[in-house]
Amino acid sequence: MSQLIKGNSGDWEIIIGLEVHAQVTTQSKLFSGAATQFGNEPNQNVSFVDAGMPGMLPVINEMAIEQAVRTGLAIGAQINLKSVFDRKNYFYPDLPQGYQISQFLDPIVGKGEVLLDMPDGSIKKVGVTRIHLEQDAGKSLHEYNPKYTYIDLNRAGVALMEIVSEPDMRSADEAAAYLKKLRAIVRYIGACDGDMEKGNMRCDANVSVRKPGAPLGTRCEIKNVNSVRFLHKAIEFEAMRQVEILESGGKIDQETRLFDSTKGETRTMRSKEDAMDYRYFPDPDLLPLELTQEFVDTIRKMLPELPDQKKNRYMEMFGLSAYDAGVIVAEQEYAAYYEQLTAKHDPKLAANWMTGELFGRLNKLGVAIEDSPITAEKLGRLLALIEDNTISGKIAKDVLDLMFESGKDAAAIVEEKGMKQVTDTGAIEKVIDEVMAANGDKVAEYRSGKDKLFGFFVGQVMKASGGKANPAAVNELLKKKLT
Amino acid sequence: MTSLPTLPLSSLRDGLRAKKFSAVELAQAHLDAIEKANGHYNAFITVTPDCALTMAKASDAKLAKNEGGLIEGIPVGVKDLFCTKGVLTTAASHILDGFKPQYESTVTTKCWQAGGVMLGKLNLDEFAMGSSNMSSYYGPVVSPWRRTVDGGRWTEKENPSSVIRHPLSDEGKSLVPGGSSGGSAAAVAANLCPVALGTDTGGSIRQPASFCGIVGIKPTYGRCSRLGIIAFASSLDQAGPLTCNVRDAAIMLNVMCGHDPKDSTSSPNAVPDFEKALTGNIKGKKIGIPKEYRPDGMNPEILAMWEKGAALLKEAGAEIIDISLPHTKYALATYYIIAPAECSSNLARYDGVRFGLRIGAEEGLTAMYEKTRAAGFGAEVKRRIMIGTYVLSAGYYDAYYKKAQRVRWLIAEDFRKAFEKVDAILTPTAPSAAFGFDYKPSDPVEMYLNDVFTVPTSLAGLPGISLPGALNKDGLPLGLQLIGKAFDEETVLNVAYALESAIGFNAKPQGVAA
Repeated sequence: MSQLIKGNSGDWEIIIGLEVHAQVTTQSKLFSGAATQFGNEPNQNVSFVDAGMPGMLPVINEMAIEQAVRTGLAIGAQINLKSVFDRKNYFYPDLPQGYQISQFLDPIVGKGEVLLDMPDGSIKKVGVTRIHLEQDAGKSLHEYNPKYTYIDLNRAGVALMEIVSEPDMRSADEAAAYLKKLRAIVRYIGACDGDMEKGNMRCDANVSVRKPGAPLGTRCEIKNVNSVRFLHKAIEFEAMRQVEILESGGKIDQETRLFDSTKGETRTMRSKEDAMDYRYFPDPDLLPLELTQEFVDTIRKMLPELPDQKKNRYMEMFGLSAYDAGVIVAEQEYAAYYEQLTAKHDPKLAANWMTGELFGRLNKLGVAIEDSPITAEKLGRLLALIEDNTISGKIAKDVLDLMFESGKDAAAIVEEKGMKQVTDTGAIEKVIDEVMAANGDKVAEYRSGKDKLFGFFVGQVMKASGGKANPAAVNELLKKKLT
Repeated sequence: MTSLPTLPLSSLRDGLRAKKFSAVELAQAHLDAIEKANGHYNAFITVTPDCALTMAKASDAKLAKNEGGLIEGIPVGVKDLFCTKGVLTTAASHILDGFKPQYESTVTTKCWQAGGVMLGKLNLDEFAMGSSNMSSYYGPVVSPWRRTVDGGRWTEKENPSSVIRHPLSDEGKSLVPGGSSGGSAAAVAANLCPVALGTDTGGSIRQPASFCGIVGIKPTYGRCSRLGIIAFASSLDQAGPLTCNVRDAAIMLNVMCGHDPKDSTSSPNAVPDFEKALTGNIKGKKIGIPKEYRPDGMNPEILAMWEKGAALLKEAGAEIIDISLPHTKYALATYYIIAPAECSSNLARYDGVRFGLRIGAEEGLTAMYEKTRAAGFGAEVKRRIMIGTYVLSAGYYDAYYKKAQRVRWLIAEDFRKAFEKVDAILTPTAPSAAFGFDYKPSDPVEMYLNDVFTVPTSLAGLPGISLPGALNKDGLPLGLQLIGKAFDEETVLNVAYALESAIGFNAKPQGVAA
């Protein structure tokens, strides 16, 4: 869904490509046995290899390879049976070896694609150029001492996957949707925990603008954006900045920019002229990585159901709309919750209640689904009351509110508050008779052809029954009595 | 009784097992020799007497119970490029000032497990970069060899055939031991240790062995683990022993070789019993003589030694076959692109941040990097870092590094094809005998020519051994090199063993008292 920027000189199109860095879920680092556990004291998770001590050598972590292959397979990408680790050379204190081991010319994963479910129900394809494995750097700590910088190497050497997209996205919404989808995929397969707050997933955005149909414009790269919200903001700001420059007759300098989340703006980090020459060359400490087709096939067989497969299943088996199905599969936890509900309850009813009522209330409270006070089991018992006509859908909404307030079970609340639906036809007939008696003129009007008044009678009956009358029974009996 | 330090490893091993002397006596005899002579040779950067005596005592305990490893109780000198736990490890560089590793290299670990007794750390060219041992921060090593006659100075007219025209120094003037394992070669030749560990990147074991009249072997790339060896050029570096004779080299290889899961380039191939391969029977073995190793203007003494070596092998029943290794002429240029490229990256970690020398920290990060590295590295190391950085730079990578990698493959192909026809290849080890300290070429490339015969083997990752072939007219040793197929050290060693006994080289340096 192209989202054009309206400029003074006409429309502008935004072109976006993302490089997502995902920390690979492994017990140990990419080339050493040191732990990857988050939150340890500085320099606890450091081996001689990570510290770049003389004579130390890297040994590839097989788990990291497996995770990269798994990720590649999950986006339908080509797995390269032979890939090469290269050294990217630059000096920085948090890079102890003086080079980062990465993959430059021959990455482990080639072309694949990610499908985005857009709000209008359409599907947007975003190409993935490649995925490669590389080492993370350490951290420079400036806050301990005004005179010196301290180095924490806990992160140094941790395995990252860099997932590079094609410049296929045309709006900040699409970029955000892509990042979310990618996050969902890597979380489904357990290749990355997707925790952006901890920096376990972060991205660089390449942004340029052009007149629709014109050749690509000069791009700027926004570095290290660490949330979906910031990504959205950064792209919107950057695109506007570029349009303003171009419309005032300027030209875009190719450069690397930083996003300042407090000010909501991007600013220059380094220009193209300052770009480093990384002197990539194959790491002579590591042989080319060769995988067997069998290794890849085994991983393929073990893949769990992926978001897109789940979505299609929900649409086919449960008749959900593309959008609803897309919303539910967006997070593994949503899908798990949903599948707990569908085990016993009507899937469509469950989908409506989850995406509408439950999500709305959770959002208001700012609570994630895994921390929801209303577990799938509790919500299920509420749905059961609707399904067996104990309460109406409308009453159920009130019950859900009370469940959130008190934490009590749906049935207990219905019992306690006398919210049970009245299905006893005799009782309903009695109320109908009363309503008809009190509105004789309206009855006459209805009978003379004013069909619209049927709704009025339903409303009156429901009101008189305190909302507890079974709506279907009310409809049926009213029709009978009014004619 | 003969003085213990004059005996080769194999004799010492037998003597220890027969309890003719103890490991402590043996260690002490070497420590005494070092004490007496190291001031002159400067072969050891660090001597570890306490360590030696403790290890020797432990060996004696084992030997008393008729237990122990392959070299139980044998004193070993270690090139100071191997990391040794708790013992100063310098790579002969100022930049590693005070560096005491908290870990031990795999090869030295294997030596100690086999019963070796550490005497200390041996001098070398800084970061193993050099062919003379003159680039050490700890000063040059002096060869125990001296000229016996004053051959005078060769002039181009008198000796138009010399590839490298080292101006000969006066008789008795100090000579270099070669490099980079110069301390290792000099220490073995001077009887300061019966065996020394070395490393070879482009000839750093073989060329000093040749200069010092001893045996040195570089096994196939991947035979020895590189873990804990300070890296110069990772795709070329390989450990190996410097010894008095071929049998000792075979024994040491059995100690040093073996797969190490912590070195991804180490070979999982099984290690045969190399000493068993020494049958001396080379009947029917095909020995290749590559015509490309006979450049115009080759030193006639070296040529004569080479021809004699071939003749001796023929007498022993081998078949001599002329072969061609057509890409040999590109080997030196290829080596001097690939090795510096890797070194420029490998030496990036010496930045003053975590260990070793640190200068200018108060002036900020860039100043600290610049000052530390400017003061910490010597001229040759800096030159190679500069060359390496250049050949990997954007715009030059394809023309230099990438092309060099292709040529490297062609050189390996040359050998592969040659080994379809022959079992081993015989060449001289170096284009000259040892030269004097006054030899300081204005063009560094002239110094690089020392590696011209050893570098192709390194680029192809093949095993190569140097053994003494003859003395030249100045009374200095010249070396012969035997090159074998990958992982066929057995043939290399056995042919060398046969050649060694046929040559019967028994000259000792004048500097060494018998």
